[in-house]
Amino acid sequence: MTTLSIPVPSRPVHPTGVWGWITTIDHKRIGILYGVTAFIMFITGGLEALYMRAQLARPDQELVSPEVFNQLFTMHATTMIFLAIMPMGAAFFNYIIPLQIGARDVAFPRLNAFSYWTFLGGALILKLSWFFGGAPNAGWFGYAPITGIQYNPGHGIDFWAMSLQVLGIASLAAAFNFIVTIINMRAPGMSLMRMPLFTWMTLITSFLLVLAFPVITVALIELMFDRFFGMNFFVPAKGANPLLWQHLFWIFGHPEVYILILPAMGIVSEIIPTFSKKPLFGYPVVVLSGAVIGFMGWMVWSHHMFTVGLGPVANSVFALTTMAIAVPTGVKIFNWMGTMWGGSISFKTPMLFALGFIWLFIIGGLSGVMHSSAASDAQQQDTYFVVAHIHYVLFGGSIMALLAGTYYWFPKVTGRMMNETLGKINFWLVFISMNITFFPMHFIGLDGMPRRIYRYSSEYGWDFWNLVASIGAFALAFAILVFMINVIRSAMKGEKASADPWDGRTLEWSIPSPTPEYNFAQIPTVRGIDPFWAQKRERVPVAPVAGGSGEDDAHSIHLPQPSYWPFLASIGLFIGAYGLVYYQSIVGMTAGILGLALTIVSVYAWSFEPVNDPEEEH
Amino acid sequence: MAQAAATQHGEHEETTTGLNHRKLLMWAFLGSDCMFFGSLIATYVVYQGKSKVGPFPEDVFSIPVTSVSTFVLLMSSMSMVLAYAALTRGKMKAFRIWILSTAIMGMTFIGFQVFEFRDFANYEVHIDCAHLDVEKLTEFEKTFADQCADGVEEFEEQHGLTPRTNLFGTTFFTLTGFHGAHVTLGVIWLLSIAFHSFRGGVRPETNLDVDLAALYWHFVDVVWIVIFTVVYLFGVFPGI
Ligand SMILES: [Cu+2]
Repeated sequence: MTTLSIPVPSRPVHPTGVWGWITTIDHKRIGILYGVTAFIMFITGGLEALYMRAQLARPDQELVSPEVFNQLFTMHATTMIFLAIMPMGAAFFNYIIPLQIGARDVAFPRLNAFSYWTFLGGALILKLSWFFGGAPNAGWFGYAPITGIQYNPGHGIDFWAMSLQVLGIASLAAAFNFIVTIINMRAPGMSLMRMPLFTWMTLITSFLLVLAFPVITVALIELMFDRFFGMNFFVPAKGANPLLWQHLFWIFGHPEVYILILPAMGIVSEIIPTFSKKPLFGYPVVVLSGAVIGFMGWMVWSHHMFTVGLGPVANSVFALTTMAIAVPTGVKIFNWMGTMWGGSISFKTPMLFALGFIWLFIIGGLSGVMHSSAASDAQQQDTYFVVAHIHYVLFGGSIMALLAGTYYWFPKVTGRMMNETLGKINFWLVFISMNITFFPMHFIGLDGMPRRIYRYSSEYGWDFWNLVASIGAFALAFAILVFMINVIRSAMKGEKASADPWDGRTLEWSIPSPTPEYNFAQIPTVRGIDPFWAQKRERVPVAPVAGGSGEDDAHSIHLPQPSYWPFLASIGLFIGAYGLVYYQSIVGMTAGILGLALTIVSVYAWSFEPVNDPEEEH
Repeated sequence: MAQAAATQHGEHEETTTGLNHRKLLMWAFLGSDCMFFGSLIATYVVYQGKSKVGPFPEDVFSIPVTSVSTFVLLMSSMSMVLAYAALTRGKMKAFRIWILSTAIMGMTFIGFQVFEFRDFANYEVHIDCAHLDVEKLTEFEKTFADQCADGVEEFEEQHGLTPRTNLFGTTFFTLTGFHGAHVTLGVIWLLSIAFHSFRGGVRPETNLDVDLAALYWHFVDVVWIVIFTVVYLFGVFPGI
């Protein structure tokens, strides 16, 4: 392309070690970075939960102060949603999507690296708040006006808002990237209705992200402007209506629920056909119901606000739409069951987790339908019944499916199998302790125990089930420890995996395990749903014999080169956002300006970065 | 970021849809930005008429002045179209003239906005007691009408509108400020392209860089038309 006289440092050539990871723009390495970081965050969120369960194990305990308890539940939820489940989904998007659509990378590899490092920066801003001025304490939904400066003068809310803004930038960049990748980089012949289900659900999730995140971005901007500059968005004394926050938050928040669950549904839709040795029952219906869920997810947000007094008409409308959205979800469950019907099912660990997902998600779905009725919700609002519901859909749903996906794709990532015996033990431990933890919350919830209280008195009769839930929580922590041990052990000395250990159906199983750096030596050609299955059973080749789209051999494949700039741009954002929290001090303001300047310079340099180093030319 | 992916993939990559990656990215971004401005505009509309103290829109807005800046921004969209057309026909000199004039019109718009913001911040209630006609006063001015009582000829008082003054100030400055930031970014982008073209970096074959900037520019322009209608016109003529 253009020859430039602007001095731009050359790109790193074959960096190794830590430097290699920092400058990597390989979607597989970025996927691994996402997965590992998200798992560490999952552990920290889990520890926060254990702390709360310890406090609530017995009545009238004083392990934590009410102030710390507020911070614990805020941090637990924000961590699990934004720093654990979403990035775990992103880990799978990164690693698996290019493999499933037969591509060598994502559409914008450097933007992808930028997404990861920015996510890490946002995560650190949130988590470090424990050590610098206190964690946020207003719940993950941060209702106005308790987030206002007059009720919440510390820096906790500032960290929370800044962190979510930075995480939003990361999520948006990733979502843009995956929309373009999936729409534009499919292998020849892979029409939309031949895409694997996980790819489909990723596409829908990316659209939801792109449309939902700007809404919370605006809400957070308004909150920050109130706090920083004394504006009036959420100041009732100036005529403001705090319900504005609730509307904006839940217009984002309900699509967010589907951002968390659709990738899980995609993973399960891959695993169940594979282990049933049957094609997915009613493929177009599953795709369509995913799209309908994505669309209708925008029409139900006020079901989080049934008790704020929107009036009977609004409540009825939102109750009806909420009941209606259960239909496409139910359709999917019947499709999964139809897939298994008459199949030769093998109960390997990924399949067990997928089945656990279906079972637990049904329970969570049913309690969800229960509070879709505005009248019944008025009884359940802000009780442990809702806590039970959200954990059945997010732990029983998302986390179970993500664990299933880890067991399923681990051989492709590492070239080794996860230990099957330990895996089965792992599954039963998670499944049983999960139910011990969260099922009793239905009972204490219906008995009227409110959420977010740090202590309760024995006379209410909540002692027994609280103790059970706390025991379950510690058992669940042990189950996750078993998972960790299995991952580490298997990664180091697990049995070597073949290219196709599960008799898979989609393109990622047609290439060696672990995935070669260039993914596909030849770009495959797709002639139907489940192309690799067709190749194995009906001898339909996925790659042309000669010529066609993929005549490259492994040595002449051009891969995008590593780059410093995405990393530097993210560092700039991190420093800038951190500085702006302390905008009132000179140091903070300076850091804010310098950080943002570093981001701008990095993005500018990024756009002028040369194509290939001369040494890399063939 | 404009040139980022071009260097990454070259201009002639094959894509599934035939649409360039960066063009698709730009469309996705604009969709997202729609929701961004949609939320800001919704906030403005929800709080319309909810301010407890003045000044209110009809006190500060000057439709003729803002119409001029709106016209300038609309014209800049036209010169952007001409710039792109000149580029695809290989008329580099015309391209440079048009792209620079687009940037200059963008800067003019920003200039108007800065002037307007300062004007609002220095708003003064001015009542000519000698020829007092209460019917012609705005709601806000009426609250000062009784100050004329003791034979005062003229009454003036500083009541600047800032983001802190009332809900109107808060929502108005935030919405139009973010739009102004978008225009500023666009101007920087256009100037970068112009600068690049003087070094020979923009050629008819690489018109995608300009195409993307144009797409962005037109989008920002359309958003302004919505803001001008909802905020300015409905603010001063609530009847329509
Ligand atoms: Cu909801």
